[in-house]
Amino acid sequence: MFGNLSDRLVETFKNLRSKGKLSPSDIDATLREIRRALLEADVALDVVKDFVSAVRERALGDEVSKALNPAQQVVQIVNEELVTILGGAQHKLNFAKKPPTVIMLAGLQGSGKTTLAGKLAKWLKDQGQTPILVAADLQRPNAVNQLQVVGERVGVAVFAPEPGNGVGNPVKVAKDSIKHAEQKMFSVVIVDTAGRLGIDEELMQQAKDIRDAVNPDEVLFVIDSMVGQDAVNVAKAFDEGVGITGSVLTKLDGDARGGAALSVASVTGKPIVFASNGEGMDAFEPFYPDRMASRILDMGDILTLIEQTQRNFDEAEAREMAEKLAKDTFTLEDFLDQMQQLRKMGSLKSMLAMMPGAGQMRKQLDNFDEKEIDRTEAIIRSMTPAERRQPKILNGSRRARIAKGSGMTVTDVNSLVNRFEQAAKMMKTVARGGVPQMPGMPNLSGMGGIGGGKGKSKDKGKKGSKSGNPAKRAAEEAARLGLGSASGDADAGSGSAFGLGK
Amino acid sequence: MAGFLFWKKKRGAEVEPEAEIEAEVAAEVFEAVETPEVDFVAGPSLSGQTQIAQDATPKPAPEPAPAQAKEPAAVEQLVAVELPKRSAKKGIRSLFSRVKFNPDNLDELEDILIQADFGLDASTAIVEEVKSRAKKAGATDEQELKGILAAVIAENLEREDKALNLSDGKLPYVFLVVGVNGVGKTTTIGKLANWLNEGEWSVFIGAADTFRAAAVEQVATWATRASATLIRPKVEGQDPASVAFEAVEAAIKADADIVIIDTAGRLQNKVDLMGELEKIRRVIEKQAQISEVLLVLDATTGQNGLAQAKAFAEIAKVTGVVLTKLDGTAKGGIVYSIQRHLGIPVKLVGVGEGINDFAFFDATEFARGLVS
Repeated sequence: MFGNLSDRLVETFKNLRSKGKLSPSDIDATLREIRRALLEADVALDVVKDFVSAVRERALGDEVSKALNPAQQVVQIVNEELVTILGGAQHKLNFAKKPPTVIMLAGLQGSGKTTLAGKLAKWLKDQGQTPILVAADLQRPNAVNQLQVVGERVGVAVFAPEPGNGVGNPVKVAKDSIKHAEQKMFSVVIVDTAGRLGIDEELMQQAKDIRDAVNPDEVLFVIDSMVGQDAVNVAKAFDEGVGITGSVLTKLDGDARGGAALSVASVTGKPIVFASNGEGMDAFEPFYPDRMASRILDMGDILTLIEQTQRNFDEAEAREMAEKLAKDTFTLEDFLDQMQQLRKMGSLKSMLAMMPGAGQMRKQLDNFDEKEIDRTEAIIRSMTPAERRQPKILNGSRRARIAKGSGMTVTDVNSLVNRFEQAAKMMKTVARGGVPQMPGMPNLSGMGGIGGGKGKSKDKGKKGSKSGNPAKRAAEEAARLGLGSASGDADAGSGSAFGLGK
Repeated sequence: MAGFLFWKKKRGAEVEPEAEIEAEVAAEVFEAVETPEVDFVAGPSLSGQTQIAQDATPKPAPEPAPAQAKEPAAVEQLVAVELPKRSAKKGIRSLFSRVKFNPDNLDELEDILIQADFGLDASTAIVEEVKSRAKKAGATDEQELKGILAAVIAENLEREDKALNLSDGKLPYVFLVVGVNGVGKTTTIGKLANWLNEGEWSVFIGAADTFRAAAVEQVATWATRASATLIRPKVEGQDPASVAFEAVEAAIKADADIVIIDTAGRLQNKVDLMGELEKIRRVIEKQAQISEVLLVLDATTGQNGLAQAKAFAEIAKVTGVVLTKLDGTAKGGIVYSIQRHLGIPVKLVGVGEGINDFAFFDATEFARGLVS
């Protein structure tokens, strides 16, 4: 679809690199691309304008003209400015000195408040708090019911004295919940409210009344990351209406670039506290401004990728795999296992899209055929266990049988076996700490460490996608590294994302 | 007020008196200019019976029917029904409610369109078109320019196929409702079911959102409000495709007119969930053809809406968009790009949480509302 910002800037800067210095007109050309990128990411227009003029000012200043690579510097400025608006450092929840701490959730219909309430409750519970969920959405059909189910799933108590579906007074429910929590010694009260429009005065008044009744320590504005330009109006309305203390971005597991985050943070001046990013009840994490900045600019989100990998990748299995690799006992069975591990993380395409520099491979990515994995799997599954463990015994008649069994041709089987052998060799090198030379693999700086990997990638080389490879490698990297060292890795990664490092 | 005219199954024995009713209704159809049914109502001189014949002949008769005096077989089973018209009371807010329209600087118009989520490229294209038409027509004052703007938007959004496909006589009509999480699928289904019920259609709803907590209960509440028959999953977490299958099966058995299948919200980049949707579709098609696959889209959605439409169109073969939550401050400009790039028409709009808060999409009305 759209080329990402780094692709475009590379294009813009092609001529610049030789000059080594940015003129004001160069900067303007750059800023046009930045403006476009931000608008396509759904950052509100007014926010974009302010942003671009702030960047222009800094870009025209000394720091750029003296820099060795001015182009890179501009992107750096953009990134820094984004992070600054998005809240700089991570924001921590305010807890009341005297419990219970009260957290009120507010937002538009369908932004994900009820689901988020459950996730937040679980997160707090995992941290040793004793949260209680309050069903103050008495509007939407079966919202109360939904909260009860969610509460049950995460093992958190739910205060729901009213049946909902239009019956009951949410202000009273909210008020009573505090008393209830005090009596029963709950440490955190999470009040789920009905979705409402910012311009619905009656319902905004009701939200205000709920707020006044519970005197919350945090009023969190819940917003869908897919929201477009209207984010500013909505955020403003809720901030003025109920006085929010922070925001929560939901549905970040989608592929929206999430410019709404920037709009909301910018117009409210309040931090984004959490990000919700999946269907499961633990798909919830503190908001990281730097990652969001990369995402908005479509520069890859290596950290999220690594974490996603970590979540789905069994560490013990990974360790076992690493040992196998080192001992040269990697078999087609393991190969199949690995493929299934990768599968768990979702579409390879979407994972690869998170890689820094993936933009440059975008066209190839589009051509990447996920079915190829199915076919590979079919071939391996048509082998006997002995064949999987020892591909060397695959003679002509065995290969013919496998081809028949998997509905493929002998050539396909041959090429898989060849690829596997090469991959196994490569993985051995990696496991022993070396960096293998991948034919056709663009040597992206910062991704240098992300090299070897799965055999699959080789044949994809024909079509041009080097895909499976870095993802696989990142997966291993993630499994091996702790989170702390992983972030260091990512920094290097985002540098290369700009595509200007060379 | 003139309603919308669709064909539904004839029940009971009252076959004969319809000719005059339909003649009456046929005249009304011309008032309800938005209905593409006008297309196959060839002329006011034709009788209602002939209209049915025209409509019914191209497809095979569902079952052998006793031969009638002068009409083909399928006719006996179909009757024209007038459905109550819905109008968007709350309607869409003007583009110029915050920023004033400046006839002297049309470039500002681009910003205004961007802020309505039309997207950068579409906004630029619209403004260019407005400029060139204004130049040709020599239009300079606010009213004229606004008229041109409205015309450009309306022309690009106007579609022949924007009415719900309730007219081909292949009963039961199956509607599959899809979309990302939280866009208003269930609410839309409730409204649709109620509207069809008011038109005396027998409506079945398949609660195939077996994933989200209490989703079945939510759609059940709507089904009760709309007097529709709900087909629930037999066990918790049942495969949604099997619920859909059972719903269609039950509807066929009960000789119902329409089945609406509710599906779980899913983000378009989730391969597994999209695969599940493909399966739902496939399974339904074993028993009946799907007349509409409605993609529900929240009007607040930004440029990601295009990605949503693209993915759902590919997997679920979307036939129309339902634009919800238009009663807020959002304008839903992304539908412009969706229609331009993917050719998917907007069919319905949602304008509130009430059971009657929806309307048929009308490009002219929409454009006029935007520039008013």
